[in-house]
Parts: sequence; C-alpha cells; structure tokens
Amino acid sequence: MSILNVSNLGVQFRTNDGMVNAVNGLTFELNQGQTLGIVGESGSGKSQSVLAMMGLLAKNGTASGEALFHGQNLLTMSPRELNRIRGDRISMIFQDPMTSLNPYLTVERQMTEVLELHKGMSRRTAKKRAIELLDAVRIPEAARRVNMYPHEFSGGMRQRVMIAMALLCEPEVLVADEPTTALDVTVQAQILSLLKDLQRDFGTAIIMITHDLGVVAGLCDKVMVMYGGRVMEHADADHIFYRPTHPYTIGLLGALPHLEANDDELTSIPGNPPNLAHMPKGCPFAERCTHARAGCADTIPPLVAIDGGALRACHIPVAELTVDNKEAAHV
Amino acid sequence: MWSYTLRRVLVTIPTVWAVTTVCYLLLHITPGGPFDGERKVSAAVLANLQAKYHLDMPLWQQYLYYMKSLLQGDLGASFRYADWSVNELVAHALPVSLTIGGSSLIISLVLGVVLGIVAALRQNSPIDYLVMLISNMGSAFPSFIIGPVLVLVFSILLKWLPSGGWDDFAVSYMVLPVALLTFINVSTIGRVMRGSLIEIMNSNFIRTARAKGLPMRTIVFRHALKPALMPVVTLLAPLAISSITSAVVTESIFSLPGLGKLIVNGAANRDYTLVLGLVVLVTFMTVLFNLLVDLAYALLDPKIRY
Ligand SMILES: Nc1ncnc2c1ncn2[C@@H]1O[C@H](COP(=O)(O)OP(=O)(O)O)[C@@H](O)[C@H]1O
Ligand SMILES: [Mg+2]
Repeated sequence: MSILNVSNLGVQFRTNDGMVNAVNGLTFELNQGQTLGIVGESGSGKSQSVLAMMGLLAKNGTASGEALFHGQNLLTMSPRELNRIRGDRISMIFQDPMTSLNPYLTVERQMTEVLELHKGMSRRTAKKRAIELLDAVRIPEAARRVNMYPHEFSGGMRQRVMIAMALLCEPEVLVADEPTTALDVTVQAQILSLLKDLQRDFGTAIIMITHDLGVVAGLCDKVMVMYGGRVMEHADADHIFYRPTHPYTIGLLGALPHLEANDDELTSIPGNPPNLAHMPKGCPFAERCTHARAGCADTIPPLVAIDGGALRACHIPVAELTVDNKEAAHV
Repeated sequence: MWSYTLRRVLVTIPTVWAVTTVCYLLLHITPGGPFDGERKVSAAVLANLQAKYHLDMPLWQQYLYYMKSLLQGDLGASFRYADWSVNELVAHALPVSLTIGGSSLIISLVLGVVLGIVAALRQNSPIDYLVMLISNMGSAFPSFIIGPVLVLVFSILLKWLPSGGWDDFAVSYMVLPVALLTFINVSTIGRVMRGSLIEIMNSNFIRTARAKGLPMRTIVFRHALKPALMPVVTLLAPLAISSITSAVVTESIFSLPGLGKLIVNGAANRDYTLVLGLVVLVTFMTVLFNLLVDLAYALLDPKIRY
C-alpha cells in the first residue's frame, strides 16, 4: 500500500544570483515498510527534497508539485495540520547528531515532549516509553542516561538518541538524511544494522538519504540516484547495483571500494557537480560524462522507463553502455 | 559549585589589592595635593592638616596605614568634607546610584529581551524596523544629548516631571534618570537579543524541534529562549559596570547625589581618600558582577560545570 506519493516535486530558492532550482520533477512512491534510498553527491538536492515535504525549507525556499501523504498534500497544508503529522506519522533524523539535539535540554525532556504533544501522554508515562525506546536503540543504562544532556553522549550515541526520538510515535515514514555521514566507520555499520532491525520490528517505511552507495546496499528496496537536482536513475536496488544503466550511477559504483580491488583502482568521477545557479541547458551530467556526445549538452534527457521497469534519464541508449556495466557489476 | 564560588571570591582579593595599590601610587605621582587651593594656607595649618591625614609620614608608612584600615572596611577620612568619613559619604550615595542603576537595569533587561524576541520572530516586519530604529538611536546618541532632550520634553514643555534633583527616593525624581539609562541599555540588550535569537532559530536543533511538530510557542520558549539569552547574560556584567560610569554623566545631568556625583567632586577637589575609596568600591563591584554573571552562566548552560 502506498503511503507517500510524490509527483513532480520541485524546490526553488530565491538568491541574489536569481532563482536556484535545487530540485526538479522529483516523482516517487513509498509503500508501507519499504525502504527508498536517495543517492547522489553532495549538493544534488537530496536534503532539500525531503525538507520540502517536512515543511522545513529555509525562508527563501518554496516547494512546487505534490507530496501526498495518504492523499493529503503536505506541501499545501497549514503549519497546524502539518504539525499533527510531522513527529508523529512522519519523522526525521538528521546528518549531524552533534548539533541536532538541543544542548540545553535533557534527553528526557526532548523525548517526552514528543509523546506529550502527539499522544497526550503524561510526562511520567512518556518517560517510561522514552526509556523503552532508548533500550530499543541499544543505549546501555537507558533509565539513568535519559536524564543526561546531549553533550554527555558520544556522536554515535547521540545518533541513537535521535533515532529513538524519531521512533517514539511509531511513525509510518522515517526520513533519515545521511544519518551515518558524521560518524566513524564502525559506528556507521552499527547504526545501519540498528535501522534495519528497527524497520523489521516497527514496520516503518524509510527514506534513506546518502552520498554513499555502500550505505544503501542491503538496506534499500528501491534506489533513486540524483544529480544536479534531477533524478538520473530510479530503480530496484538490485538493478542499480547489478545492471546500472546510467553513466552517473556507473561512475558512483566505480567510486565504491570493493574487496578484491586494490586501492588505486578506486575511481571517483572526475570534475565537480554543477553550480545550480548556472545550470547547463542540457543534461546536468554531460560535462563530466565519459559517454557524452554531441546532443547531450543541448537537451535535458527525460526520465523514461526501460525494460524491467527501471527509470533512467540519459540520451545514450542502454545497449551502448553494456561494456562498462560488466566492469562495474562486481560490487 | 560552592568551591568554585569560594575560589572566585578569594581571587578577587589580589585583584582589588593590585588596583588599589596602582591607584594609590598614581595619585601620589600626580602633581598637586589636596590642600593646594586658590587660598594659601599658612605653613603651620598645613603641617597640622598633613599630620591629621598622616601625610607627613614616609610613603610606605602611609600606604601600610591605608591598607590596614581598608582591611577593616574603613575607607579613611575625606580630605575635603572635613567631618565626613569616606564610608559615610559612600553610605549616602550608594543607595541612590544602586536604586537608579539597578531599576534601570532590570527594566531594560525585561524590555530589551521582549523587544528582541518580537523583532527576531517578525524579522523585517515594521515592528522589527521600529525596534531596530529605537535601538540604533539609543546607541548613536550619547546620554548627554538624550538626557537634555528628555528634560526639554517632559520637564520644560510638558511639565510632568522635575528636571533634576533628589527628594529622598521620591519616584518623580527618579523617572527621567531611570528612563535615560533604560533607553541606552535597552538599545544594546534588544539588539543582542534579536541577533542571538535569529541565529538560534536557524540552528540545527531548532530544525529538529520543528520536525517534531512542536508549535511555535514551544519552540521559542522551551527550545530557543535559553540559548538565545546566553549572549545577553554575558552582556550584563559590562552593562552593569558601564552603568556606574554612565552614572557620572546621568547624575550630573539630573544633579543626583549618587556615586557619580561623588566621583566628579572627589576628582575636582583632589580628595585622595575619596577617589581612592571609590576606585576600591568600583573595582569590588566589577569583580562581583563578573562573578555573578559567571554563576548565572553555569546555572543556564548544562555544559558548564564548575
Ligand atoms: N537556503 C538556500 N538558498 C539557496 N540555495 C540553497 C539553499 N539551501 C540549499 N540550497 C541549494 O540547494 C542545493 C541542494 O542542496 P541539498 O539538497 O542540501 O544537497 P544534498 O544533496 O547534499 O543534500 C545546494 O547545492 C544548495 O546550493
Ligand atoms: Mg544533504
């Protein structure tokens, strides 16, 4: 059953340089208990897409299109209506656990307020529930540590607190914006396996944002690859990993370390993401694309379905990319 | 916390001692003495006066003598007000200054914080511009301009309030001086509060609070207010101390019998003991304000543990 139906979502920012289109024509569907990965280099519009749905855009930003949550458009709701949904039925965890918790309030206060607000619990009951959730995210001595302030926790522990806080009301959708980027590798793996377990236990649908394809492997059902504010490829995770059909996806996969390869084989995509204030008029990736040919820089390729249901936005026919596919496939 | 407070109080002793000693020596180096006036006194009278105030002793003895009485809380005898000790002079002046300065500080704290919040939450609205205008006027015009303007409007034109003077803590005499100091303090507090709240409202943890679906009221008062107040608290010590210096101007404008007036008189009369006594007092109050602010900081910020 589909919970979230996003169609043609766009995000624009008014800046001194003129209008910046940070997100264009984003369309996807999220089903109950499903995990969608949104992948792309930094600046590709991943965060702004979800912030728009949460009503959290910066003051100079506006959202266009539709984001239907059970048929209600999140983008046109009044703040009051939106406040009934966010934190309760859709919740979010952020990239930087060091700054995303209020340093002046105890973890207990920051957790219980969510339950008081959305579930009408008393503070006492809410605290019990908060401790349960801290237990669930495997924070040792939860009953004691719930009374502590964020600075008394390590980075990984703070992200666990954020996750526990986001799951308090058992939301239908959990949006995780690079939840592991600020953490070191071992903690990263712990947090990811924790999210996987929690999803199994709570049945929450997850939107997992990351710039690292390695993070989505084994976690996501569907993956959406973004670049320059547009979707480049959108398909089942298996398709993305084993039969990628977009040069950008292939490039991202090439940037992944894999076991049998030695380190100098690690190829990142040369060049930098485009400046959104001065977007090229054709395919945003054309400049850095090794397959680019004459027409690529002139028209934006539409996002179209190919055999097997995958969506891709590229002027180059799939057949002409096969050689590279084989190389990239052994992830 | 208590041991920290105790340590901080102990540290004030060398501070006050150093400031006192430096000022003591500076006053001695300064040419001119308390009894060099337009009217020459005879040699015999001068010798008498000097003996009375121990000015005939060598410097180090005078200094030790002064320090000894200081330790007993005695600021010595005034050179000019012959029948008065400095302690008595201060005892009369201090309550006046504390009342004026203290009430203006409290009023401007409340007013400045409220205006700052309103301006920050309605950024770039007419209310915001009004608050910024008031605040810029308060910083741009010195008190010796605002003061006379207040007198002109409220005493001379409207005849609502006395233009100056003092009548045993009668409120009508306090309104204008308090208003003047408040105007100046509010401008600083309001501007700092506005800036700091705007910054906090853009921080990551406020974004988290919004993502939780909390209403604006809760976000501002539970999540943003305390962190936004920190810079205002930091500001309080210098503001309280500058209230003492601005008292010099304010008390002259409104002829109030406070510490500011004493400082001016003491300096004009070369009244060594009076000036020195006031320096000791101001140093002590400065150190005390700073301590209070640090304690307030510790109370507000959970990251600070002494
Ligand atoms: N407040 C803003 N004003 C103007 N441009 C913005 C603003 N916020 C984000 N952007 C632009 O939106 C683009 C996409 O940002 P974001 O979605 O955060 O990228 P990421 O994919 O790394 O999460 C960025 O390149 C940035 O230039
Ligand atoms: Mg981001």
